Amino acid sequence: MKEIVFYGRGGHGAVMASELTAIAAYKAGMQSQAFPFFGGERRGAPVKAFARIDTQPIRVHSQIYEPDIIVILDAELLKVARESVSSIALKAGGSIVINLPGRDAAEKYAAGLNANIGGLAFVDATSIARELGLVVAGWPVINTAMLGAMAKATGVIGLENMANAIEEYWPKPLADKNIEAARKGYEMCTALQRSGAEGGF
Amino acid sequence: MADKDESSNYIVPAADSKSKALLLRYPISLPDFGSGGKTNQWRLQMPVIDQDKCIKCIICWADCPEATIHRKSDDSVEINYDYCKGCGICANECPTKAIRMVDE
Amino acid sequence: MQTKVITGSRSVATAVMLAKPEVIAAYPVTPQTEIVEDIATFIEEKRLGSRFIKVDSEHSAMGACIGASSAGARTFTATSSQGLLYMDEVVHWAAHARLPIVMAVATRALAAPWSILNEHTDFMTQLTSGWIQIMAENNQDALDSMLQAYKIGEDPRVTLPVMVGLDGFILTHTSMPVEIPEQADIDSFLGERKPEFEIDVERPFTFGNVIDERYYIDMRHKMFESMQAAKEVIGSVSNEYKRLAGREYSMLECYNCDDAEHIIVSIGASSGDAREASDRLRKEGVKAGAVRIRVIRPFPSEEIAKALGGAETVTVVERSLSVGGGNILAHEIRSALYSAHGPEEAPFVKGFITGLGGKDITPNDYINMVGITRERPTGDEWFGLTGG
Repeated sequence: MKEIVFYGRGGHGAVMASELTAIAAYKAGMQSQAFPFFGGERRGAPVKAFARIDTQPIRVHSQIYEPDIIVILDAELLKVARESVSSIALKAGGSIVINLPGRDAAEKYAAGLNANIGGLAFVDATSIARELGLVVAGWPVINTAMLGAMAKATGVIGLENMANAIEEYWPKPLADKNIEAARKGYEMCTALQRSGAEGGF
Repeated sequence: MADKDESSNYIVPAADSKSKALLLRYPISLPDFGSGGKTNQWRLQMPVIDQDKCIKCIICWADCPEATIHRKSDDSVEINYDYCKGCGICANECPTKAIRMVDE
Repeated sequence: MQTKVITGSRSVATAVMLAKPEVIAAYPVTPQTEIVEDIATFIEEKRLGSRFIKVDSEHSAMGACIGASSAGARTFTATSSQGLLYMDEVVHWAAHARLPIVMAVATRALAAPWSILNEHTDFMTQLTSGWIQIMAENNQDALDSMLQAYKIGEDPRVTLPVMVGLDGFILTHTSMPVEIPEQADIDSFLGERKPEFEIDVERPFTFGNVIDERYYIDMRHKMFESMQAAKEVIGSVSNEYKRLAGREYSMLECYNCDDAEHIIVSIGASSGDAREASDRLRKEGVKAGAVRIRVIRPFPSEEIAKALGGAETVTVVERSLSVGGGNILAHEIRSALYSAHGPEEAPFVKGFITGLGGKDITPNDYINMVGITRERPTGDEWFGLTGG
């Protein structure tokens, strides 16, 4: 079973990202589960959302404390997100996919992480969303770009399955824009190289 | 249990086999006279109508809480003394004082 | 048959769409709201032809269902927490009037203080109400149980309302793949509701009149007998449903139980975590099993005595609390085991009160609770307190 935690702020679409992941996984022939961190919805507040993917029917319903993958949607929330990441131990060898504007920022972020991280990839999802006009009430909705990046960085779900899920989730013109965002996220996602033989960044 | 109970006919007096089968399963009962038995026993005073003073306004018929005043086709009224409890509302409401309360 | 990745709320709403109740009346309350929103959408899109009565409260919602059901209609409502408590008076009335209303309860903690998160105490407050009570484990179970609920409740041997509980948020807001039966299959499975009586101007009767002290007890006895008869009906409805959907349901589900020395009993969505715990315990050499109680009214006493009778210890984990009494399920399980096996043979039953107000219950928590039971098998305990 692969367990994924999405971090964002209310309005970024972290919950939708987890739901799309579950739909895409099912389309890829797997079992899946998606749920938000439960509570009232508040635009702007830090939010978490969870997804599980497995070849077997998923029976557990507790929250995820040791994810295989962490997807961080909000670079502006970097500090909060970082604290959250350390509070929910990433599984040894797990991956992080983060929304950051460039390599410098990603390297700076990676320098503060422990050596157990299996991989770290970044993508400028905010710019992708802004360029495609995926903005709701002033908020760039970056979830689909991040899902494209997650597809490339982790390979748990293929880009085509993700695109199919998006097609099912939204009506036509909006779906197309989001599929485009996922493709751009996939293309622009960059993995950081490990710095030494011991596997640290 | 008897189909008809003198002091309580909450349970449907079984008119047909279907009703009988439903006895005590569903809280339903058919409307019938005097579901609390013959309530004339509760009476201390009885209303008596002076038909000469009656103007056929049928206020007493409308106001009787137990529907024991019978309205005839000419709008004159008659009291059913089997179920009248002697509350005196009819006497109190009668605009021509045609109804008097009389000791039993 | 089509499979969709949908929330528990959408699963319940989809079941309602398939069951086609003539009348729906509901008042929104978190975390039930999305059930009602989805149903309203289905009606708006003309995918569901029900009359939706907008009401001013949960009490009125159940009142509307009672009126409609008395007139012979199939009905549905849904609520949660404070809403269920506000509805309470007529919830009991519906059962006493023998009306097979179906209600979904998205379980939630009770105020004060406010919590919108999951807990089963609201559901458990209705154990004396005369409703059949089913608690779903996952979204598929919620959809399937909803459809079976109509068939069970409307059976002339039962004629009682049915409450389907699903964990607030943990199921209502969680998306999972759910197989959706074909409309034609459900149409022939449920058929039309055929009440033994209904409001009819040609054949007027008084409904819910006064009864005297001689006969009231007999009416309650009839209710009790119907609730006992529901056990058999639940079984036959489950078999029939299995033929159309391929999924089997029973009053309680046993996992790893045959040779189990230590059995966990749970109810609702966290039961999968209990099964996971029993697998992990087996890897450590502990012969652990897991039992999920799916139907709590009628209470499956015989099945419990059979499933748990051979164990050394039973760990009952419950998201509800009877203040001053403790773990509600553990009491009933102890009673079932004592009646069937006597004080010498019955296993130790230890109740844990945990998971209140949204507190997560993980497989590791279950493992720890089994450990505590093996160490101190008597006396109920709390688990998950912060010590504040």
